[in-house]
Amino acid sequence: MSDIRIDVLYTKNDEWVKVENDIATIGITDYAQSHLGDIVFVEPCEEGQEIKKNDVLTTVESVKSAADIYSPISGVVTEFNASIDEEADIMNKEPFDGGWICKMKITNPDDLKDLLSPDQYRAAKVD
Amino acid sequence: MSTLKVELLYERSNAEKEGYTLPYTEIEEDYVMDTIPKQWQRDKIGLPSVTETEVARHFYNLALLNYGVENGMYPLGSCTMKYNPKMNEEIASLNGFQKVHPLQMDDTLAGNLFLMYDLEDMLCAINGMDAFTLAPAAGAHGEYVGMSIIRAYFKDRGESNTRTKILIPESAHGTNPASAISAGFSVVEIKSTKTGEVDMDSLKANLTPEVAGIMLTNPNTAGMFEKNIKEIADLLHRNGSLLYYDGANLNAIIGYARPGDMGFDVVHLNLHKTFSTPHGGGGPGSGPVGVKERLIPYLPNPRVILNEVNKHNEEVEDRLIRKDDFKKSIGRIRLTDSSFGVLVKTYAYLLTLGENNIKNVAVNSVLNANYVRVMLKDDLKCYIDGICMHECVLSAKPLEKYGITALDIAKRLMDYGYHPPTNYFPLIIPEALMIEPTETESKEDLDKFIETMKIIVQEAKDNPKLLKDAPTKTPIRRTNDVKAAKDLNVAWK
Repeated sequence: MSDIRIDVLYTKNDEWVKVENDIATIGITDYAQSHLGDIVFVEPCEEGQEIKKNDVLTTVESVKSAADIYSPISGVVTEFNASIDEEADIMNKEPFDGGWICKMKITNPDDLKDLLSPDQYRAAKVD
Repeated sequence: MSTLKVELLYERSNAEKEGYTLPYTEIEEDYVMDTIPKQWQRDKIGLPSVTETEVARHFYNLALLNYGVENGMYPLGSCTMKYNPKMNEEIASLNGFQKVHPLQMDDTLAGNLFLMYDLEDMLCAINGMDAFTLAPAAGAHGEYVGMSIIRAYFKDRGESNTRTKILIPESAHGTNPASAISAGFSVVEIKSTKTGEVDMDSLKANLTPEVAGIMLTNPNTAGMFEKNIKEIADLLHRNGSLLYYDGANLNAIIGYARPGDMGFDVVHLNLHKTFSTPHGGGGPGSGPVGVKERLIPYLPNPRVILNEVNKHNEEVEDRLIRKDDFKKSIGRIRLTDSSFGVLVKTYAYLLTLGENNIKNVAVNSVLNANYVRVMLKDDLKCYIDGICMHECVLSAKPLEKYGITALDIAKRLMDYGYHPPTNYFPLIIPEALMIEPTETESKEDLDKFIETMKIIVQEAKDNPKLLKDAPTKTPIRRTNDVKAAKDLNVAWK
């Protein structure tokens, strides 16, 4: 069973969002990384870039496939995780910690209402 | 398959060996050195010093490492790796086909132009289209040409600024979005159902006035027939949008169903896949693009047409010309006119089979895929219920509890002398193994493959290490996928 953290919110597309004040940290879940397989490359997001909910935030390439990651919320990118640019496999090893993708300034707090709670996400992932 | 490790010629190189002698020349070295500008002169050219015997052995032994459909079954899903009749190679290498030059005058190429003209007719008949260009060099080139035709059509209608989006199902071949974007469109992904079909709700939600068209493969990449195709076509056409058919899976329906009748406006074929040219070795391929009447003006230049001026000549051959100045054409798309050898093989293949026998391609490829599916569905898992088309998707998910993945099964198959099936595609099926046996495998060979798969599934349960260590009978064992993707270095030193 894959790891599901209780201190973050989720999307049904297997992203997690951690909210601290008006800043959201975004990453992919343990379930997502295990299905992608060994991750080899992540397209860097541009800082200052304005992104709408459901737009492509980045593309994650693994040895199996390339997957678009859709932004769970609308916002402005404030930071891209430089360590996944150097060593993308940290997303496999620590999807919820060192493997975060980017931080965003939340522009529409209502977007957060559409995210799943850990329990809702767990229920959605029962095979 | 040989397990021999073949040394690089550079590894064998030894400066004291000289494998060549140059012919006597009256030109003196000083003269050469004075003539060639300094910056182009080299002391060393870095070629290996080896004898002719060594060179011959090197390439012969490399050839032994090759694996093709002549070695054994090659069930690579979505690729149609079928046996291609040798007779067609023989025909394509006849002097009249092989030793002509594309820049020769039209009246010296009458027979070859007739072949192109007649082949265009045949492809129109098979696909239900009104005209074809034979120019594109392969499938993705065909996609790009098809997308460019769609763009030219909307530009001509003054809609180039408003028709900016192409819809593509998430289960599509990766080349589809790449081609649409290269041709200047943006891509909107449409959700797929569990059987890989277009999700109609997602389609309707995204069908805005900006949509120039949709790119579809039918049967789709999960090997299932897109049953809603008529409704999809009506929706798109009512919206003023066009339908593009990716011919990758034409093998499954050839002679029975025509993309043109389903409502497609543009199709591309892979002659090197469906019509008797071995592929996978780097080409040449051929990806003709067919269109409905309203798109004919935009086809690439040149086109082989009947010259109406020369009406006194009775024979069609004598009236054929390559016309290269169609005003609305998207222009020339490559230096030469076509991959002509591939066209010859296609023509010979179609003439050999004829209208009735071509149907057996579809019948037997679909039958073979379903036989494999039914025989293996209890050993592996079949996420998609029901009859598939020319390929079946099985899942290695039930073996997860033994630590075995689709990749492990694929590698173990190599130990048994098979080319692995496609794995991890389509992405919508977990641990996918996509098997396309093609119509050219006999029941005996299918039975052997099925038995081998059953043995491997049993091995996965009893002794998973056998799979984890595979392949063991190849010169190079399990490759490091991560290193190959991140740190690829193919230089010797």
